[in-house]
Amino acid sequence: MRSNLRLPRLSWRFVPVWQRNYLVWKKLAIPSILGNLADPMLYMLGLGFGLGSLLPDVDGMSYLTFLAAGTVAYSTMNAATFEVLYSSFSRMHVQRTWDAILNAPMTLDDVLFGELAWAVSKSLLSGLAILTVIWGLGLYGNFWLTLAIIPVVLLIGFCFGGMGLVMNAVSPSYDFFLYYFTLAITPMVLLCGVFFPVSQLPPVLQAVSAWLPLTHAIDLARPLVVGRLPDAIGLHVFALLAYGTAGYVVALALTRKRLLR
Amino acid sequence: MLNVRGLSKRYGDTEVVRGLDLHVQRGECFGLLGPNGAGKTTTLRLLLGLIEPDAGSIELAGIPVPARAREARMRVGVVPQMDNLDPDFSVRENLIAYGRYFGMGRAAIAARVPELLDFAGLASKADAQIAQLSGGMKRRLTLARALVHDPEILFLDEPTTGLDPQARHLIWQGLRRLINAGKTIVLTTHFMDEAERLADRLAILDHGRMVVEGAPRALIESHIEPAVVEVYGEGLADWTRDVAGGVCRRSEIVGETLFCYTDDAQRVTDALKQAPALRYLHRPSNLEDVFLKLTGRDLRD
Repeated sequence: MRSNLRLPRLSWRFVPVWQRNYLVWKKLAIPSILGNLADPMLYMLGLGFGLGSLLPDVDGMSYLTFLAAGTVAYSTMNAATFEVLYSSFSRMHVQRTWDAILNAPMTLDDVLFGELAWAVSKSLLSGLAILTVIWGLGLYGNFWLTLAIIPVVLLIGFCFGGMGLVMNAVSPSYDFFLYYFTLAITPMVLLCGVFFPVSQLPPVLQAVSAWLPLTHAIDLARPLVVGRLPDAIGLHVFALLAYGTAGYVVALALTRKRLLR
Repeated sequence: MLNVRGLSKRYGDTEVVRGLDLHVQRGECFGLLGPNGAGKTTTLRLLLGLIEPDAGSIELAGIPVPARAREARMRVGVVPQMDNLDPDFSVRENLIAYGRYFGMGRAAIAARVPELLDFAGLASKADAQIAQLSGGMKRRLTLARALVHDPEILFLDEPTTGLDPQARHLIWQGLRRLINAGKTIVLTTHFMDEAERLADRLAILDHGRMVVEGAPRALIESHIEPAVVEVYGEGLADWTRDVAGGVCRRSEIVGETLFCYTDDAQRVTDALKQAPALRYLHRPSNLEDVFLKLTGRDLRD
């Protein structure tokens, strides 16, 4: 239907949706932080020290630094993705929280944007935790440049939050999300340079990798960790914004079709 | 308060709402009745501007819908058919969070909460989690939540479905108070006693079309004989064939019961005394009889 395809109209009314999620999160903040952050930290430190001791420098940096930069992008991607998949789905489908909100003077545009903004916030939290480890272990080249990772983290959250909302819109159940992880998230983790440089891949896979959003995220984050300005900043920022925006717009159309009938 | 003209909505080939006209005055309690699938819930969603009609116009509290639905929803409180209280929040937090969706400030909500808790009879449960509440308490909280922004008009979609009799009476009591306070109420239900009890006027919908509209008593008087004798038991078939036609104004067999509609119940019960094997129940006719007469007795799924 045409009205489902109407472009988003954003308003400040998304704030109470964000706030609702924040207040719920605050109640369980400590276990939530531990649960979300322990996993990437353990990977980063375990592999970084364990595997790193066997490896020479990777791309001109220690393996731990290489992996830390990849982990910033990877863990923020996961934080946003998990939020808009499992948590948003609970609110939309299981608890019917969105239905209740839509009876107030709110639109689905506001609700989805509030969810997206919340996913970005979770990404920020996750990114800051990894950054703290990077700072603590002195894994950076230039402290001031590492601060630029903060806006990068927000962009990554926006990108993957927007994309994940599309999955949320079409999912019949929690099980469905496994497809997204198997077919999108896991391949990106392996192809986009989290654990090893993309240049180690065969040319075909390198060509695929160049189109994936996580590659753009890592191309921004890793130079900033090492202490230099990334190449082609405009392209990477545009790619992340484009994936996130396209995701949000498509997700909105699909969610309207799902709920407003 | 609510003016609807020629409202229509179709999904694919199915016309769910067909040319509906509704007019509800300020301070009135208006009932929307109909079997499952009659289009009651779709109508409410159209009135709220959540879905767009294929034809027709809606004016809610003087505001055109769906064009300015957001503004119109500021004036409406909604009690949905399925409970969708926020399970991550306590009773009090549910009210606070909901107030914020209406753009209310912290102080304005805080001032309102005690009154709402009191209205819902949940003052002692303010900090309870939603999972700890009974079905009736949840409904009362949902009703209180719908009032957080002090709306002029309330939409209630089957407000007492699934509640036990005590809990239903408490909800009715709350609704009575709202009606007395001058709120306008639009209520869908398939409980006839609920409609008879609360509604000043009601409309019966079937297959998306309005079958009849009027005050409950007037509908009963104009559409149905004043008394009903329900007859059942051994030998009903013979009695129906030999006697019923003579003593009933109109009769209908549903399952193993004969519904005998009459102006003169005495005559029917006298006739039944000659057939001691039959059992019967004599009662005044009610809205349910009107409803079943107009919408038929076939099962709707």
